[in-house]
Amino acid sequence: MNEEIKSFTISVYTENNIGLLNRISAIFQRRHINIESLTTSQSEIESVNRFVIVVNITESQAIKVVKQIEKQVEALKAYYHTDEDTIYTESCMFKIKSDLLFEEPQIQNIIKDSNARIVTVNKKFFVLEKSGRRHEIELLRRELNVFGIMQFVRSGRIAVTKEEMKISEMLSAFNNQL
Amino acid sequence: MKTETANKTQNVTEKTERITGSEAIIRCLIAEGVDILYGYPGGAIMPVYDELYKFKDQISHILTRHEQGAAHAAQGYARISGRVGVAMATSGPGATNLVTGIADAQIDSTPLVCITGQVASHLLGSDAFQETDIVGISTPVTKWNCQVTKASEIPEVIAKAFYIAKSGRPGPVLIDITKDAQFGELDFKYEKCKGVRSYKPVPDTDLEAVAKAAELINNAKKPFIVWGQGIILGKAEEQLKAVVEKTGIPSAWTILGASAIPTSHPLNVGMVGMHGNYAPNVLTNECDVLIAIGMRFDDRVTGNLNTYAKQAKVIHFEIDPAEVDKNVKTDVAVLGDAKLSLTALLPLLNTNTHSEWHQKFKDLYAIEFEKIIKDDISPTKDGLTMGEVLKEININTKGNAAIVSDVGQHQMIACRYSEFNITKSNITSGGLGTMGFALPAAIGAKMAAPDREVVAIIGDGGYQMTIQELGTIFQNKVPVKIVVLNNEFLGMVRQWQQLFFDKRYASTEMTNPDFVTIAKGYYIEGKRVTKRDELAAAVKEMIASKDAYFLEVCVEKEDNVFPMIPSGASVSDIRLS
Repeated sequence: MNEEIKSFTISVYTENNIGLLNRISAIFQRRHINIESLTTSQSEIESVNRFVIVVNITESQAIKVVKQIEKQVEALKAYYHTDEDTIYTESCMFKIKSDLLFEEPQIQNIIKDSNARIVTVNKKFFVLEKSGRRHEIELLRRELNVFGIMQFVRSGRIAVTKEEMKISEMLSAFNNQL
Repeated sequence: MKTETANKTQNVTEKTERITGSEAIIRCLIAEGVDILYGYPGGAIMPVYDELYKFKDQISHILTRHEQGAAHAAQGYARISGRVGVAMATSGPGATNLVTGIADAQIDSTPLVCITGQVASHLLGSDAFQETDIVGISTPVTKWNCQVTKASEIPEVIAKAFYIAKSGRPGPVLIDITKDAQFGELDFKYEKCKGVRSYKPVPDTDLEAVAKAAELINNAKKPFIVWGQGIILGKAEEQLKAVVEKTGIPSAWTILGASAIPTSHPLNVGMVGMHGNYAPNVLTNECDVLIAIGMRFDDRVTGNLNTYAKQAKVIHFEIDPAEVDKNVKTDVAVLGDAKLSLTALLPLLNTNTHSEWHQKFKDLYAIEFEKIIKDDISPTKDGLTMGEVLKEININTKGNAAIVSDVGQHQMIACRYSEFNITKSNITSGGLGTMGFALPAAIGAKMAAPDREVVAIIGDGGYQMTIQELGTIFQNKVPVKIVVLNNEFLGMVRQWQQLFFDKRYASTEMTNPDFVTIAKGYYIEGKRVTKRDELAAAVKEMIASKDAYFLEVCVEKEDNVFPMIPSGASVSDIRLS
């Protein structure tokens, strides 16, 4: 069984409780799976949180991990998707010396071509923000690195899925049961 | 006055009362039907113990001699009764000492509620005296856990804890309650938990899957059932028996499934797994349909997965979706409660006998009997065997005892040779393999089922891991029967050293104390048997005793347990010697 290792996006809908992050990350740790990125935020449903976790594993591992996550009492539902099944993006920020904007006119072209956005400018530094795929962010970082970057930070992946995830229906079904 | 309080709890649910968090904890436990809990006091749980003192005519607290003993006693209580076991400890070391029992309960699906005291909430994270992050520590080994920092949260959290512990696939829950929450006040009102929206304990039975399973079973020429503890936890013993009897399918059990169908049932073909019976292991690789019910294909059951039942279609009846296709790929998965699924299955099954196929099991049993069992239970050599001790216990208890075994060679012998007439009678640490489990678990079992004969069977190694619980037995006059099968070795490890490490007996030989004197030090009647002609009378005397009784049997030092599937080998390569 030599299954292909691929990038999977695991989406988890959960209650917003202390300790749940620990419980979910422990499922990966116990199976020696490295988490490439993890983002948690509110979901489309009031009081329900959503985790977006990116891991490089085989599909059969993804199936098992999703079941283990769903088994957790406070996890409402978990899914796994391939890159093709999702619309995804990452976000990054650069802090760069303001002098460079005037000394290195090329930087202005780089900003324009990359669709990056200037968030703020002051005498000392300016802050650039860009959302996009990993390779786009990586390209921008390499281009700017030539001139010197004071700070760089990139977020984890956020993703929405092409298929529907019927969490609201699930919750109203539960409420009707009681 | 105390009775009045109890009535208020039961009858008045709408009106509230102003009480402390610690009183609320006790009243929640009483409302959940808890009659006995096991524990050990300490600084951060003292307000709760103060309330236990006030409510002592409604709920008994048993002081064990170590918190690990409290957790295992609660497990023994739960395993024999099917009710939720409760253990309590203070913060820090009290809480961490519970962890082995919690991990054991998690892997063996035992319903447990553990309550730990915690330092006051303003001290959390300050490395206060006896502060430990028990919620963090216990997360991977609990079904659910929660820290409570406000008195007002107590009733809801405890209700949820009991609901989660016992519903669906049961498991341990830990509630960590800060000292200020225990001292704080709340308007008390108790309502049992009816559901948690993010948690579906029992998947709906898929009738289409049941029909598919029935078709496979009806068309099978060599069907084989392996059942696990799911039958016992799901109270599906009668339904399983009906299915087995209607179809005539030879049926075997995992270690935790033992006793769900009596040992003497003609279609009960024994135990699967590493030290299970010869026939069910060998024929796992010959059956055409393998019907797994409430079991999880543990590696000790399957041996090498690449050669496990590859020829068979696999049907898996299972309550926990995460177990389906985890280790063995199934052809038909029937999710749901075993009792409901088997009830739906029964009318769809054809009556059959499978006598030729069943004969194969009998033939292989005859080989196992000749090569192993005969010498185990009726030895001709000088030294005493563990098997003959079990035979004497069977004779004297008529197969009606609950057998609580520890971990190692004696455990395998106890599970292989005990006769069980009554369900929930094999109480042992299956998944975690926790040495030290049996003595405290026997205490809990006996207290939960005082009318049952409870016999603890323990090796000389495991006995010394929780031997201090003799104090609990003595103080509470718990009439358990304790049998130590003493071979002066950590026998199972020694067996592996002999077979796989060229007899290099590294740290497995034990120089033991005088166990009978130790028992007598706790005022427990005791006897040592070293010769065969003393055995029958000694076992008879032990079983006849109305009080706790300690029996040490000095058995052959270097006996091995066979059959055996060496780890990594195929089930059909099980060795008879």
